[in-house]
Amino acid sequence: MRVTIDQDKCCGAGSCVLSAPEVFDQREEDGIVLLLDAEPPAALHDAVHEAAAICPAAAITVEQTEQAERV
Amino acid sequence: MTTTERIAREQDTGPDTGRSPVAVPAARAAGCPFDPAPEIARAHREEPITRATLWDGSSCWLVTRHQDVREVLGDPRFSADATRPGFPFLTAGGRQFATGNPSFIRQDDPEHARLRRMLTADFMVKKMAAMRPEVQRIADGLLDRMTEGRQAADLVAEFALPLPSLVICLLLGVPYDDHEFFQKCSSVLLSLRSSVEQVRVAQEELQDFLSRLAESKRRAPDDGIVSRLVARGELDNAAIASMGRLLLVAGHETTANMTALSTLTLLRNPDQLARLRAEPSLITGAVEELLRYLTIVHNGLPRIADEDVTIGGRTIRAGEGVLCVLNTANRDEEIFPGGAALDVGRDARRHVAFGFGVHQCLGQPLARVELQIALETLLRRLPGLRLDIPFEDIPFRHDMGIYGVHALPVAW
Ligand code: SF4
Repeated sequence: MRVTIDQDKCCGAGSCVLSAPEVFDQREEDGIVLLLDAEPPAALHDAVHEAAAICPAAAITVEQTEQAERV
Repeated sequence: MTTTERIAREQDTGPDTGRSPVAVPAARAAGCPFDPAPEIARAHREEPITRATLWDGSSCWLVTRHQDVREVLGDPRFSADATRPGFPFLTAGGRQFATGNPSFIRQDDPEHARLRRMLTADFMVKKMAAMRPEVQRIADGLLDRMTEGRQAADLVAEFALPLPSLVICLLLGVPYDDHEFFQKCSSVLLSLRSSVEQVRVAQEELQDFLSRLAESKRRAPDDGIVSRLVARGELDNAAIASMGRLLLVAGHETTANMTALSTLTLLRNPDQLARLRAEPSLITGAVEELLRYLTIVHNGLPRIADEDVTIGGRTIRAGEGVLCVLNTANRDEEIFPGGAALDVGRDARRHVAFGFGVHQCLGQPLARVELQIALETLLRRLPGLRLDIPFEDIPFRHDMGIYGVHALPVAW
């Protein structure tokens, strides 16, 4: 799995941080999303999919990589 | 559809709601105070995007399905700018509130984003988590006072309202001594019964109060949000007052009503209450489920189409208004099977109780912390909590933009 974020779109209400705190955080100065792990382990995939689904600003994109599919 | 087809369909599903627009706000059914109004629930089932008529005879679209609501609220071609002709309002007072000195909630990007980003750091998940001990201290203090030498109280007046009120005042740097004044202003601003004049006066008084507060923070800054906005040097007192007003009103009316209404809901669902008491770790998910089930922003979020947009197979034309109905979206069977029932063990994270899109509630990390602490503390400390008046006598806030109860007499 490869995760990308678009900080310009993010509106900073932090739902992603609640779903997957190992993968997402918020920037101290302005609360905008920070990506902690662009290729999270399989155990976190559900949480990351959930974070992308609930992000109100469509700022999180999840790509399925071949490696993830093999796992 | 031919006449025969229509008759067949009407026999099947009742009258074709597509023929007569739903009047909004619609009344809830007697005896079902937690459920969406029957006409709107019917529209959701039979014609999920339908026409509605408003108080002034104008009409707009009603969007009731989870997927469609998310699409409209997530699409920048739908504007939140209440000054555009055709923007849907629920009352004349509501129009006054939305257009007189609007805050960024009624503006579009890039101006909306510029203003909102001045506040996003203040409501970050981590910062709100760090507030937990303070919120816990406030909750305990209020319950100490409420229960001292007494067996009964109004939970709204003594716990559900003062808790978020104290917290938002603390965050903003607003003196809590003035709470009666701004609580009164908040309820005038959100009442569907307020006249244009009442809204105008409440708005002006609150605006003056907050402008003066901003001025005083220029001279004597503290570490509250108002002072920090002053220190940025980008906004004048009037602009800071508009922002402060949004935070103050939103901070008061939402969590207070969620706390009281959630308590009532749990008392009416004893199996769910027992489950939550037995497994306090369910509280985080239970709060999401209560947000979904109750959806206190219950009359629909307004938008206006900037250009022709097709949603759920319907084309909404440029200049047409839309109301996104959150409570039917949050009971959409496709996303929440069995959604008409409360289930504290459900994964309800996809609810849209905080809205959706770039305007989604900025204060949600704070609301979550407050609700989790308020409900957990209340259930733990008052094991004998019960209603002190018959359920039928509870004054529900049918007349307010934010749903809830005006009072909740309880005993323990
Ligand atoms: S959920 Fe989306 S909008 Fe909210 S902080 Fe995360 S990335 Fe930003």
